[in-house]
Amino acid sequence: MTSTTTTPALETRALEKRFGGIVASNQVSIAIARGARHALIGPNGAGKTTLVNMLTGVLKPSGGQILLDGRDITILDPHERVRLGIARTFQINQLFADLTPVETLGLAISERLGTGTHFWRVPGTRPEVVDEIAALLERFRLTDVMHERTAVLPYGKQRLLEIALAFACRPRVLLLDEPAAGVPDAERHEILAAVAGLPTDVTVLLIEHDMDIVFTFADRISVLVNGQLFVEGTPDEVARDPRVKAVYLGESLDA
Amino acid sequence: MRGPDVSTSAALASAISAQFSARARWSPLEMVFWLGAFSTIWLLPEQHLILTEIVIWALLALSLDLILGYAGIISLGHAAFFGVGAYTAGLLAKHALVGEPVLALLVSGLAGGAFGFATSFLVLRGTDLTRLMVTLGVALLVREIANRAAWLTGGADGLQGIDMQPVLGLFRFDLYGHTAYIYSLTVLFVLFLLARRVVGSPFGLSLLAIKGNPLRASAVGIGQTWRLVGIYTLAAAYAGIAGGLLTQTTAFTSLESLSFDRSADALLVLIIGGTGHLYGGLIGAVVFRFAQDWISTATPQYWQFWIGLFLVLIVLVGRDRIGGWFAPLRRLADRISGWRPWRPGPAAAPDEGGRP
Repeated sequence: MTSTTTTPALETRALEKRFGGIVASNQVSIAIARGARHALIGPNGAGKTTLVNMLTGVLKPSGGQILLDGRDITILDPHERVRLGIARTFQINQLFADLTPVETLGLAISERLGTGTHFWRVPGTRPEVVDEIAALLERFRLTDVMHERTAVLPYGKQRLLEIALAFACRPRVLLLDEPAAGVPDAERHEILAAVAGLPTDVTVLLIEHDMDIVFTFADRISVLVNGQLFVEGTPDEVARDPRVKAVYLGESLDA
Repeated sequence: MRGPDVSTSAALASAISAQFSARARWSPLEMVFWLGAFSTIWLLPEQHLILTEIVIWALLALSLDLILGYAGIISLGHAAFFGVGAYTAGLLAKHALVGEPVLALLVSGLAGGAFGFATSFLVLRGTDLTRLMVTLGVALLVREIANRAAWLTGGADGLQGIDMQPVLGLFRFDLYGHTAYIYSLTVLFVLFLLARRVVGSPFGLSLLAIKGNPLRASAVGIGQTWRLVGIYTLAAAYAGIAGGLLTQTTAFTSLESLSFDRSADALLVLIIGGTGHLYGGLIGAVVFRFAQDWISTATPQYWQFWIGLFLVLIVLVGRDRIGGWFAPLRRLADRISGWRPWRPGPAAAPDEGGRP
């Protein structure tokens, strides 16, 4: 695994997280190939969000390693990982309620360009920032609400802003934590179109409950059960696996 | 959703720029506020002593707003920086180290800022409660040190024998406080302009992000440590300058400048006026000082009772701020001037009286 061509975009090695006596992640080793559309599925309490929180630095692992493009990022702070190219969305919206989408996106872009600490400049005076905000607003269909406070946006638009904000960090690896969670059916297609339209050079790890989304979107699936990696394979392999069917008793896995 | 025509990308880009620049633009209400403030130089000459006090409270509350309103750091020990500035200005003048008041005031600010920088690392993490206790503790410590170091500070008697030189070598401090008021008001205005610029910058925006949602702020790459250290240091420098002003305009300083009462009153002033819009501390100081004056004249024994009741009402009923009570007025002004034309309709209401 030393050759650069085969180095996974993101890799965990025997990653563990214990909360007291509870093992939330148990020796999880996953390799996500560059440019992959990798889905992480599993029943409630399987440890999916714990894993994402460790990948992004919100939680400190109890053991194991995390590598981004072969570089060990296990002990880095969340904001340092973002600078190295790993960004995420949240299952429950984590947005800036009092800022508009324009301000929110401008914030992330300025941060990426290293101008976020400028204290003597009026924001939005740099054409490259403005142009990039414009491109993001259009890509994620946020132009019609660009002047509204985030707190008053329709829920579907907030979900789009979640993705747009993570994407504004220009990640090489993007973690999407249930991007369509709670979105009414009428607004759902906008989210799915945004996810499907992500550039192919961005590696995507999708954490999802909805099997329709998983099987339309993913080219590789890892199944977590009780904090452990249970099965991994192509969508076909996973769908046919009787053990997976047993875990998801009652849920249809036939895409 | 009404909004400007953003059908072309050029229009979209200009709409984005317009949104940012509207934030930085001066509203008519702001101009009226400052014109009103400066007009008191001529209109209320017999009130200059109390107005100077108000300006100093306003500057201290503005300083507190920088950390509480923009970075979410609550403090019950802001008097520590105020007092450091006050004693610095006093010692500089008393021992004729720096005679010229403006220069001495800058040194007071530097002293407050340096002390703020040194203690900022204590308030970086932790809950509101930890921060309250840490800031309170630091202020108590400093006060006790000043009390013990009587050879330097004069201890409980205060620092006496301060002889102030003319401002810029030109304007003598007079008995009626005219020079003191013009000097203090000018300092407040200059520092206000600076603060307005800083909170409106990308740095200021990132502070609001940290305050609004620290989890997400770090998830978009915003490192918190140095930004919080930066704003805490700046706020401490402001408080130091406020303390320096008090010493310079009264030619005296005492342990009162370091007291718990001063920290608590500063917070009270800010809460009366409202946090997070820079004018809160200024409006709060006017209301606080005049209310104190009026109520204590009417019922000398019970003045604190009324101010306490007022505080409870503000926090429970108002929940927002006095600035918010002017929201209809501000909306009217917006409509007349066409200020922020891109944020029309009811959706704008919750933000009225918000950031300038």
